[in-house]
Amino acid sequence: MAALINVPPKAKRGDVIEIKTLMSHIMEPGYRRTAEGSILPRDIITSFTCRYNGAEIFRADLFPAISANPFFSFFTVAKESGKLEFEWIGDNGFSATASASITVE
Amino acid sequence: MIWVRAIVLSALLAGPVLAGEIPPDQRRSGYTFMGPETKAMQDDDSVNPGMLFVLDGQTLWNTKLGSADRSCADCHGDAPESMKGVAARYPAFDRTLNRPVTIEQRINLERTQRQGAAPLAYESHDLLALSAFVANQSRGVAITAGDDPALKPFVEQGRALFMQREGQLNLACANCHDDNHDKHLAGSPVTQGQPTGYPLYRLEWQTLGSLERRLRSCMTGVRAKAYDYGAPELVALELYLMSRARGMKMETPAVRP
Repeated sequence: MAALINVPPKAKRGDVIEIKTLMSHIMEPGYRRTAEGSILPRDIITSFTCRYNGAEIFRADLFPAISANPFFSFFTVAKESGKLEFEWIGDNGFSATASASITVE
Repeated sequence: MIWVRAIVLSALLAGPVLAGEIPPDQRRSGYTFMGPETKAMQDDDSVNPGMLFVLDGQTLWNTKLGSADRSCADCHGDAPESMKGVAARYPAFDRTLNRPVTIEQRINLERTQRQGAAPLAYESHDLLALSAFVANQSRGVAITAGDDPALKPFVEQGRALFMQREGQLNLACANCHDDNHDKHLAGSPVTQGQPTGYPLYRLEWQTLGSLERRLRSCMTGVRAKAYDYGAPELVALELYLMSRARGMKMETPAVRP
């Protein structure tokens, strides 16, 4: 599954940086019906986590009302060079990860 | 009076009234009708959800498949070079089939004839991803579809369909998109129906969709029976719309509300 991650590649120590993530997912809410009347089973992402050099800096629970291909934008303080890791977990064993590096000067 | 008759006669000879058609310098992409938030979503590739499909399309472009065990890249090489400007001239005339084919139909023809693979269903994720990837290579390129002289009768057919009233609401495409594009329908801008960004991500659809899907939902909207995907009428309409947008820049993958 494709994911789009936007992390500034470089930042000054102490800068507030914006992190943006976009994940491919249909986010089927579980309330819709087919033309025949049967319910389309729920299939959503339930959790999103971001770790900065191993420490969790952002976490969100997702619910059926959230749109397909969920987008997150959040901020953190650039403290040290390293890696940002992202993880999405969802129904039917859905699991996806992505990462991005940042150089802090 | 003879001069009155002469005017009436010359008006009749001039054919259908063209007053409603949009002058080339007044054409506007659907982008210009959008709010700043939706524009920002289209402009930033790290935020544009259509780019998710482009990324998947890039993977598919390089995947070997079918009885020929061949990928798109094996023949066409580097897409940014080989596919630049291609989508801007589609639907294009196919000399074997003797009719225009859309970019989606071209992809399926390549799959069945050159890769020995099964065709992809209309509006399936993979077909949208591949067509978005190919059309994305033409972003910023001016549309030239319909320039091939062999396409002339098909452009004419598309134009006639565009002007023809249909459905229980008895509306032609032109009644809204030529004559009333500066007005609103239930709070939303009507727009000119310029197909500059297909396949595009519609927030209402929560996914990418083709121009044929857009045309079919308009037909359902005027309570007409929509043509099937791939029907010659839909291809002709797509061709007319692209030729009507001649010279406008491709935006794929566009974002629309």
